[in-house]
Amino acid sequence: MEYFTQQLINGITLGAIYALIAIGYTMVYGIIGMINFAHGEVFMIGAFISIITFLLLGLFGITWAPLAILVALLVTMALTPLYGWALERIAYRPLRHSPRLAALITAIGMSIFLQNYVQLVQGARIKPLQPVVTGGIEIMRRDDFVVTLSTMQILIVVLTVTLMAGFTLLIQRTALGRAQRACEQDLKMAALVGVDVDRTIALTFVMGAVLASVAGLIFLLHYGVVDFHIGFNAGIKAFTAAVLGGIGSLPGAMLGGLLIGLIEAFWSAYFSVEYKDVAAFTVLIVVLIFRPTGLLGKPDIEKV
Amino acid sequence: MNALPLLSVERLTMRFGGLMAVDDVSFAAETGHITAIIGPNGAGKTTLFNCLTGFYAPTSGLMRLAHDGGEFLLERMEGFRIAARAKVARTFQNIRLFRGMSVLENLIVAQHNRLMRASGYTLAGLIGLGVYRDAERQAVERARYWLEQVGLTALADLDAGGLPYGDQRLLEIARAMCTEPRLLCLDEPAAGLNARESAGLNALLTFIRNTHRIGVLLIEHDMSVVMSISDRIVVLDYGRKIAEGAPEAVRRDPAVIRAYLGEEEGAP
Repeated sequence: MEYFTQQLINGITLGAIYALIAIGYTMVYGIIGMINFAHGEVFMIGAFISIITFLLLGLFGITWAPLAILVALLVTMALTPLYGWALERIAYRPLRHSPRLAALITAIGMSIFLQNYVQLVQGARIKPLQPVVTGGIEIMRRDDFVVTLSTMQILIVVLTVTLMAGFTLLIQRTALGRAQRACEQDLKMAALVGVDVDRTIALTFVMGAVLASVAGLIFLLHYGVVDFHIGFNAGIKAFTAAVLGGIGSLPGAMLGGLLIGLIEAFWSAYFSVEYKDVAAFTVLIVVLIFRPTGLLGKPDIEKV
Repeated sequence: MNALPLLSVERLTMRFGGLMAVDDVSFAAETGHITAIIGPNGAGKTTLFNCLTGFYAPTSGLMRLAHDGGEFLLERMEGFRIAARAKVARTFQNIRLFRGMSVLENLIVAQHNRLMRASGYTLAGLIGLGVYRDAERQAVERARYWLEQVGLTALADLDAGGLPYGDQRLLEIARAMCTEPRLLCLDEPAAGLNARESAGLNALLTFIRNTHRIGVLLIEHDMSVVMSISDRIVVLDYGRKIAEGAPEAVRRDPAVIRAYLGEEEGAP
């Protein structure tokens, strides 16, 4: 029971990161029907911008955790989206009316480009960060097995839930969110009622990047290390989460992220760490066999 | 009164390879008039609409819209600016609603630009500032007004895709009106409507013309609708304009009769 609880906590933490990235995949897919494979790299850049901010703050002697995290959060949320915006503007928009394969290959190309760019500029070595947040609450104990909920994990969950609530509000309640949902259903018709479709798509990339940048910050705080390669694995997992939840569906991305996180945590705990990726992908395959649209996806009715 | 007509189409040509879908067509449409565009299938009516609303870039020709002291050359504008600035709205032969959104939301999305401006491009909207809430209340009011005009008030919260066919047509017109257009282009709004619905449509279009004083372009096959409500008729055949004038004159025009009934003269 104690072990189970600890893994549950760990799984939720991991799931929060996946879910934040998965939203970016699912939104972009929903609106222009392409998989932005470079999205994982945006997450990685978010993590790098965070670590650079922490190190700079350290140079100026600002190490008080709440302030440092707040500054890093604001900086990464402000700068990372520029990459998301530029990706759309430079690489994807010119190809919007090309065959899907062209956009897909471009996305993979951008992913490789961004990885190499960071490798070149920041070096290939793993970059460590001193733990910023320490401490935690002991919630259970049996003999010498202690279940702890670390302050870090509380912070991650609070941050993720707040962000997702705000985000849901934005999609449901604001003119921009409404325009995004309209574009998702019919781009041309949206233009005909006066929605600036190009700007709406650009903002979708920006919003996805904001969430991914926070995921990057969380990853950095949680694991304490980053390198230029973290975007690949996290990106694939988050993409899996989006497909599992039903690509195009926002609640689906959140649920899918959480599930993938939990599956990984529990599989590592009870079976073997080596095969945790296999477990996650197996669940994906099984779900897709029985529900091709994912858990919360709507069946795509052929337009007449 | 403006010196220029609301819409003047001059020598508009749209060629697809060897096919002249619209061939050197010129006509004008006035504010406060319903201008019907009729013609046999394949005459180029919908292509004309597609040029007007930015779906196609015409091969040559000019489409000038003039209102409120401004002039807009539609062939040089992007699709969404035609809706947002030139204030042209349209409906489709095969209805294109945002099916997954509620009836009311379909009408609010159509007021996107006003709301975006009021929400300070979303920031104010996100933190719920008063300006935005006022703007949103106005948007809902306008939506309710049009729901009432088309008789869909009771269905406001349903998914648009779930409405009966006739109601979807009405909702599409209401949505077009929520963009506050100066020129409303309706592509076969009476198609698939029964006699009662069709009469309701006549009343609605007359109301829009008389009360809101905008120009209406109407593509329609149902001659009872065309003859009873239009002020002017433009007849196309094989992409060319073969007649233009008041309904009575067009009805008697030999060229029109020939286009509709075949070469043999002496039709009733």
